[in-house]
Amino acid sequence: MIEKTNKKVVEENKNIKIVHDATCTFCGCVCDDMELHVDVDEKRIIKSKNACVLGRAWFAEHTIENAPAAMIDGKEVTIEEAIEEAAQTLVNAKFPITYGLSDTTSEAQRQAVAITDYIKGNIDTTTSVCHGPSGLAFQGVGESTSTLGEVKNRADLVIYWGGNPAESHPRHFGRYAVTPKGMFTPNGKKDRTVVLVDVRKTKSAGVADILITPKPGKDFEVLWALRALVKGVKLSSDIEKETGVPLEILTDLAKRMKECRFGVLFFGMGLTMTRGRHFNSGALLALATDLNEYTHFVAKPVRGHGNVTGADNVVAWQTGYPFGVNFSRGYPRFNPGEFTTVDTLSNGDADAALIVASDPGSNFPKKAIEHLKNIPVITLDTKTTDTTKLSHVAFKTSTYGINTSGTVYRMDDVSITLRPAFESPFPDDEKILKSIKKRVHELILKNSHSGGASGEAKVAAAVNPL
Amino acid sequence: MSNKMMLIPGRSSKQGTSLNQGKLKEEYQTVTSTLEMNKDDMEKMGLVDGDKVKLSNEIGETIVSCLGKKPEDLSEGMLFIPYGPPSSQLMASDTAGSGMPLSKHMMVEVEKVKN
Amino acid sequence: MSASMRIVNGQVYDPKNNIDGEVKEICVEDGKIVDSVSDEATIIDAKGMVIMAGGVDIHCHIAGPKVNLARKLTPEARRHDPHPSTPFTRSGSGGTTPSTFAAGYRYATLGYTTAMEAAVSPIGARHVLEEFEDTPIIDKGFYVLLGNNIFLHNLIREKRIEEFDQAVAWWVNATKAYTVKLVNPGGDEPWKGKRNSNVSNIDEKSDDDTLSPRQIIEAFIKTVNKQGYPHPPHIHCNNLGHSGNYITTLETMKTAGDLRAHIAHIQFHSYGGEVGKNPISKAAEIAEYVNNHPNITCDVGQVMFGDSTIMTADAPLAYVLKGHSKGKWVNADTECESGCGILPFAYQEHIYVHTLQWAIGLELFLLSEDPWRIVLSTDHPNGGSFMAYPKLIKLLMDEKFRREEMKRVNQKALLNCSLPELKREYTLSEIAIITRAGPARALGLETKGHLGVGADADITIYDLMDDKELMFSTPRYVIKSGNTMIANHEFKTDSKGKVYHITPDYDNKIEESLKPFFEDYYSIEFSNYPVDDRYLHQHEIIKTKTS
Repeated sequence: MIEKTNKKVVEENKNIKIVHDATCTFCGCVCDDMELHVDVDEKRIIKSKNACVLGRAWFAEHTIENAPAAMIDGKEVTIEEAIEEAAQTLVNAKFPITYGLSDTTSEAQRQAVAITDYIKGNIDTTTSVCHGPSGLAFQGVGESTSTLGEVKNRADLVIYWGGNPAESHPRHFGRYAVTPKGMFTPNGKKDRTVVLVDVRKTKSAGVADILITPKPGKDFEVLWALRALVKGVKLSSDIEKETGVPLEILTDLAKRMKECRFGVLFFGMGLTMTRGRHFNSGALLALATDLNEYTHFVAKPVRGHGNVTGADNVVAWQTGYPFGVNFSRGYPRFNPGEFTTVDTLSNGDADAALIVASDPGSNFPKKAIEHLKNIPVITLDTKTTDTTKLSHVAFKTSTYGINTSGTVYRMDDVSITLRPAFESPFPDDEKILKSIKKRVHELILKNSHSGGASGEAKVAAAVNPL
Repeated sequence: MSNKMMLIPGRSSKQGTSLNQGKLKEEYQTVTSTLEMNKDDMEKMGLVDGDKVKLSNEIGETIVSCLGKKPEDLSEGMLFIPYGPPSSQLMASDTAGSGMPLSKHMMVEVEKVKN
Repeated sequence: MSASMRIVNGQVYDPKNNIDGEVKEICVEDGKIVDSVSDEATIIDAKGMVIMAGGVDIHCHIAGPKVNLARKLTPEARRHDPHPSTPFTRSGSGGTTPSTFAAGYRYATLGYTTAMEAAVSPIGARHVLEEFEDTPIIDKGFYVLLGNNIFLHNLIREKRIEEFDQAVAWWVNATKAYTVKLVNPGGDEPWKGKRNSNVSNIDEKSDDDTLSPRQIIEAFIKTVNKQGYPHPPHIHCNNLGHSGNYITTLETMKTAGDLRAHIAHIQFHSYGGEVGKNPISKAAEIAEYVNNHPNITCDVGQVMFGDSTIMTADAPLAYVLKGHSKGKWVNADTECESGCGILPFAYQEHIYVHTLQWAIGLELFLLSEDPWRIVLSTDHPNGGSFMAYPKLIKLLMDEKFRREEMKRVNQKALLNCSLPELKREYTLSEIAIITRAGPARALGLETKGHLGVGADADITIYDLMDDKELMFSTPRYVIKSGNTMIANHEFKTDSKGKVYHITPDYDNKIEESLKPFFEDYYSIEFSNYPVDDRYLHQHEIIKTKTS
């Protein structure tokens, strides 16, 4: 008690504000039970109760850095100058691309799609290099899925495939899927069987009752074998030679899947980034669908970034397609492999780029990065990165969920409103993008006015009532 | 002497925490250039923890330092590295019409770098 | 605000104000219909044209989690139906699940200015409101799914009716909904918890449950009528699509007694015959009950041949349909409150069941004696796209056309319904009722669906044509809140509509029971669940008895 009082005195001296039920946007778990202790004077979060190791780092490290809010070619400029240059760059480009968007609010994402629509550009998000293949698989076979609360309440068989949540989504086990006690799982972990399928024994193996390690690149074959076994097809024991998994293990797993009451398959980039890509995800989704003939079974990609699911949602509701969308004909067209960013860059199509909250300059294939270095790039980011360093126009923006509110979508499409902790001197992504949008729209109307008869007619119609 | 091995880039907690400090900071750079390798493989190649190795394939090459893992955690012939600039150097840009480059399971040549 | 306007020389169809095709001047100022305007007002000459209020869609699925899943699922449905941008409007894509911008603009191009999204899980409300903000021109609202809500089931089961009333009102407020929606009440638990089974009888109580669908329906009808919502519970009955389901539909309506209730897409619930066998029409029985019970309103949920997308909170039904279509399928469970099923579908003339569904819908329209209580809908996109409304209007107005169409369908199905005997043709005034005045009245939207003084200046002006499909698909002018959105078939500007919602009173004490339930069984924090006001943007609260 005394200790608590003392602490309070210390905290009072430091002018501490506590934010309850704040949301961590570091990963797709989007845990909204954070208790943030904010040093208001120092503008930093000194404690983030309930956060995992990644969340603690997220909250602790997003402090206010002393840096210019806007730069052109590495030199400080006013935000207005940077907006003008960004708008001019985008409007004058023939194949401008917009990319990133997974670490910003859906409000900002909506502005980014609007800009791309106006400039008849190309929009894509980090989805294309994480669960894009699962999105393609979804278009092929559909998906039986659920919100995470349903997993907590009902799942008695939990399978993780090609992912390592212990390191990438540390609270996935404790908050949603393995240990929590739910409506029909009153004993938590004891009521569940947990299976981990991965090519290497990761830190996630600790929670698994059953560990299965196929040969690398053989996920599709293992999944297809399971589909066969679920349907009662007899398989030869050769399957072990092919996949590295003994037939008995597969037969046992198929039986468990059919007999459980509510099963779930969570899957990661071990499926999407490897040989087979969308075929792997598709095989898994098809397996989950098949199992609904026997019991209730769902599947769910474990999404990475805090609002990558929001990016899919916003791009889908505004254009009709989830990622890899091109507006060059004045309406959205979807073609992964052509309008996805690794392709638009490494094929040399893009001649300007607007990159929001993402760092392709560091994590894209070498050839794509080389092209990025040769075109004017506009970035919005909270930190300095390899991409901001190569930018023509760089905006430093505030951090969503820490400095600004807005909406994010958890990996299961559940939306949550952010509760910011402290103000940042830097504007947020939405504000910058809104200003760019406004200027871009003005420039386009002006250009179409000076650009020949049809353009003039259009503008005349715009200003003439009736 | 050289060896072909399979490289699996992926996430790790350390990579996650260090990227919050900033990707251009030393810790992130260190984390993303530390290669996990099967201990027996390392022994065969005369490597000890901290030694530098060159990874290369038809796309590019990068130099990282290695860290031994027990055979039950990482099988022979397999390598793990947290995603980052070094792994990008080895990534092919062909997406086979999917938008996704093959970002895991890359066959690479591993060579000891002589100091 | 918008400029003043005088529309002259047009034939006005305004059934609420008993105007049936008379030439009458319509004056507009500040977004409203007024008595007169000054001489400076812009004049629209509507000679040879028909003037109606903007259309009101009482039941469609245009925004939110399930619609967006359907968009992501079916790029092929939109690829050949692009919606190009103009200098003032955004681009999009169409098909049966259009993007938000395309949905708003396309409703406007049909002369519709209000549309209600008919099924939203509470946890999806925020998402719906975000999409609404990107759905231009039309005013909108949504119905919140509460019929499979576990917390509310517990209160009904424990007969804690006072708390139930409070909790329902809490949920409506927390989500900014317009009314409550029940979908296959009681069916989610067997689906999620008992190996994908379902309830099949309105009085069924499964072994470990002591609650029947009827008890759930009754509880909601009572509380909503007590609290006086502008629109009563919007009910998707049990057994949708199954042969013999008309009994369930009649029983559901009887459960209401003389209290108000709205039966959604009633066509899908008017089938005779034995379960598992081909259905026959029971449209006459259903129409008779509706005709004789003024407390009941319904929308038809007409099936139109061609592509559709099945999207429903009735997950077991979608799984049954997956068995027929054999194609891709989505199931999406929402914790503690809802289920959802989605699949692409197509209604085909040569298939017995599809023809019968088409015929039953038309029978219901043609047998209905009170057009004010039967609303035109296709349950978009379940029975077909809202873009098929003009064709449906033609089917109702033009018996000769209907007979031509009947030649192209499954003839055996026509033997099991009364459609071939029905000669009725809808009048323009009756069309104005089933597409505007009626739904506005059923929704309790007093400023919609008519052109009397004080009404919103949502006006559609059509060229009078013999071909009613052409006429209703190409209005010459569309005016929304006094702004001319479309003139001479072209968009002239862009605008955002508003959100309608209700705020029934409740006692905060209910949160003391809700909070522990959320902590135990939901995956988001209780305080982060309600949708805050900033998602409403432009909005209007419609009064309830208790707000």
